[in-house]
Parts: sequence; structure tokens; C-alpha cells
Amino acid sequence: MDFAGAYSPDNLRFLADGLKLTLYVAAVSIVLSFVFGTIVGTLRYMRVPVLSPVLAVIVETLRNLPLLLIIFFIQFALPEIGFKFTVTAGVITALTLFEAAMISEIVRAGLQSIPKGQTEAARSSGLGTYQTLRYIVLPQGLRRMVPPLVSQFISLLKDTSLAVIVALAELMHNAQIVMAQNHNYPIPILLLIALVYFAINYTLSLLSRRLEARTT
Amino acid sequence: MLDFSILTNHLPEYGEGFLNTIKASVFALLGSFVLGTIIAVFRISGFKPLRLIGAAYVEFIRNIPILIVVLFFFLGLPSLGFKLDGFQAGTLGLTVYTAAFIAEAIRAGIQSVPAGQTEAARSSGMTYMQTMLHVVLPQAIKLVIPPLSNQFINLIKNSSVLTIVSGFDLMYFADIISSETYVTFSTYIFAAVFYLLLTLPLSFAALALEKRLARSA
Repeated sequence: MDFAGAYSPDNLRFLADGLKLTLYVAAVSIVLSFVFGTIVGTLRYMRVPVLSPVLAVIVETLRNLPLLLIIFFIQFALPEIGFKFTVTAGVITALTLFEAAMISEIVRAGLQSIPKGQTEAARSSGLGTYQTLRYIVLPQGLRRMVPPLVSQFISLLKDTSLAVIVALAELMHNAQIVMAQNHNYPIPILLLIALVYFAINYTLSLLSRRLEARTT
Repeated sequence: MLDFSILTNHLPEYGEGFLNTIKASVFALLGSFVLGTIIAVFRISGFKPLRLIGAAYVEFIRNIPILIVVLFFFLGLPSLGFKLDGFQAGTLGLTVYTAAFIAEAIRAGIQSVPAGQTEAARSSGMTYMQTMLHVVLPQAIKLVIPPLSNQFINLIKNSSVLTIVSGFDLMYFADIISSETYVTFSTYIFAAVFYLLLTLPLSFAALALEKRLARSA
């Protein structure tokens, strides 16, 4: 083990560059998957004819596949049928598809947990379907979704590391390059990046716990 | 669009990868169940250092990518003199990672067993170990089965990281087939179908089980 060599200024700078891309890819994917996940989850909750069953098939397929396979597929298989992505766009697309499927289930479960009486009362006081959803069900449902959503975001941040398979220059990929320099580097480098991922994710989970304590 | 000759010509490779994916997932499930149970018992023990070790394990592992754990066994241990192949390192990594999630599921199960049960067992002269083994754990297991089945599905999906360390799993063989045939689309569609053959039935079974337990509770 060579901590001093592994943590040379050049290596640390290279890892910091990787971290920046990791955070960028994670942030964009979190926003996109939250938007799409909420739309899909709400549509499935409303049982729209034809659309909801079709979405159900897509969601179940995506949820039950390894994310690694989806990332690889978008990058290397889709170009064969005419869809080309840059590496960053491909990874963001894969993460968004997979995590939106996961989030849609969280949203659907959250909406379904609101007692039926709430919807019935809203409808009988003259609110429309959209108004009921917008002012009665969603505000109550979203509050219950905070803890599972945050743990899904933590998963997403961890999952960005799977982009090594398409050589996206994120933290894990750059760490692999540094580790390949010297056989005494793997343990110091793995320890360092583990602590980086841990610090970010643990902070997120503490924030989620605080938010949960405030809303309940 | 789909080239079925890929499937028919390469069935042995798909089969071998499929079996290795099942093997890695089952070994890791058994290993992480044992390790997870030990950590769960640590987390609720009356001895503070054990509680801290249990909490540190769960919080640390749950917040880092699985790939770091796998690479620790694949790249880290060899630098200390222990050599493991991709399948062994991958399966060990899966075990250590999944154990943290299983420990939390088991802990929740154990804590749902009323304290009166433990008190009654202890006052009738059972030791802590006996109380755990014969009274608490058998009751906790019922609540633990649904989250466990979800962890098994996650394990099967996560086992694809074996590919990154050349672990001979399903995706690794898909990679071999596509580099021989230069056909990526069809090769990976069939690989996806093989994964779904494993995960979809388990998902539906887990859902049915959850509904049944929810009704009986």
C-alpha cells in the first residue's frame, strides 16, 4: 500500500475532475428521472385506458433488468438501429429511464396510500379530476414519498459508477485509471473514493431523516 | 430486426452465463443472509461496541457503490497477497454489499417481535443466544421474507457487475458473443430476456407474497 504515491496532487486533481462529472450526471439524471417518474407514476395511478397498461409493461421491464445492461445497450446496441448518443448523453438517458421506472413506482404507491375518502370528498365538493389530484392527493402523497425518493436518489448517485462500462470519465472510471498505474494503489484509492461517495450519500440520508421528522 | 441465429448458434454460451449468474446470486444470497443476520444481532445487542460495529457496517456499505466493494476483492486483496478470480471476487463483493441491506431487513423484523417475548424467554432461564435462536428469530423471519425476496431480485440484477471483473456471468458471455459476431443489438436483447426470465417471476411472486402477508397480518 502506497498512500503518499496514490494521493499525489496529480492523482487527486484527476479524481476531482471525475467527481465533478459524477455530480453533474447524477444531478441531471435526478431531475429528469423525478420529472418523468412523477408523470408516469401519476398516469398509472389514474388508470388511463391503454396508456397505463403500456406504461406498466415498460416500467416492469426496466425495473427488472440490470442497469449495467441498459447503460451498455444504449451506448453500443442502439447505434446499430440508428440511435447514436455521446457517452454522457447515453449514460444520462440510461440512468433516467431506469430510475424514472423506480420513481414511478414510489409515486404510484405514495398516491395510492392516500385514503379514498379524500378523493371522494374532493370530488363531491365539486373539484375536477385534475384539481383533486393537484390540490388534494399530490400534496399529501409527495410528503410520504420523501424518504423513499431520497434513498432512490442515493442509489442513483451510487449507480453512476456503473458508467465505467462505457468509459465515461466519472469518479469510478478515473479511479480505475489511477489504480492501474501501480499495484500498491488500489486499496488507498478505493478507500478514498468510498469515503467520498459515503460523505455525499450519508449527508443526503441525514437530510432526508430531518425532512421526515419535520413533515410527520 | 432481431437476429435469432445469434440465440440458436450461441445457446451454450448464454446457458453457461445464465447458470453462473444464478450461481453467484444464490451463493451471495446464502452468504449475505448469514452475514446479515450476524450484523443485525450486533445492531440490537446490549453491548455498545458491537452495536457500533453493526451500525458502521450498515451505514458505510449502504452508502457506497457495489463496484467499490467488488473491486476491493478483485484489485485490493491481490495487493495484500490474496488472489481471487472475477467470479469469486464478484460473488464475495455481492455478499458483503447485500448483507448490509439484509441486516436492516432482519433488524426491522427482530424489533417487531414484542419485548415481552424476550423477557419471558430470559426469565424462564434461556440465555441471550437461546432466546434469539429459539424465540425471536423464528418469529421475525415471517416479516423478513418479503424484503428478502426483493433483495434476491436486486442481487440477480447486481450480479451483472461481475462483467466488469470478467466474472463469467450472463453479461460477460453476451460481451463475448457480440465481439465474435459483431452483432450487439440482438445479442443484448437475448441477454435481457434471460435476465427477465429470472427476475420477472420472482417479482410477481414477491408481490403476491407481500399481498398475502398483508392480508394475514
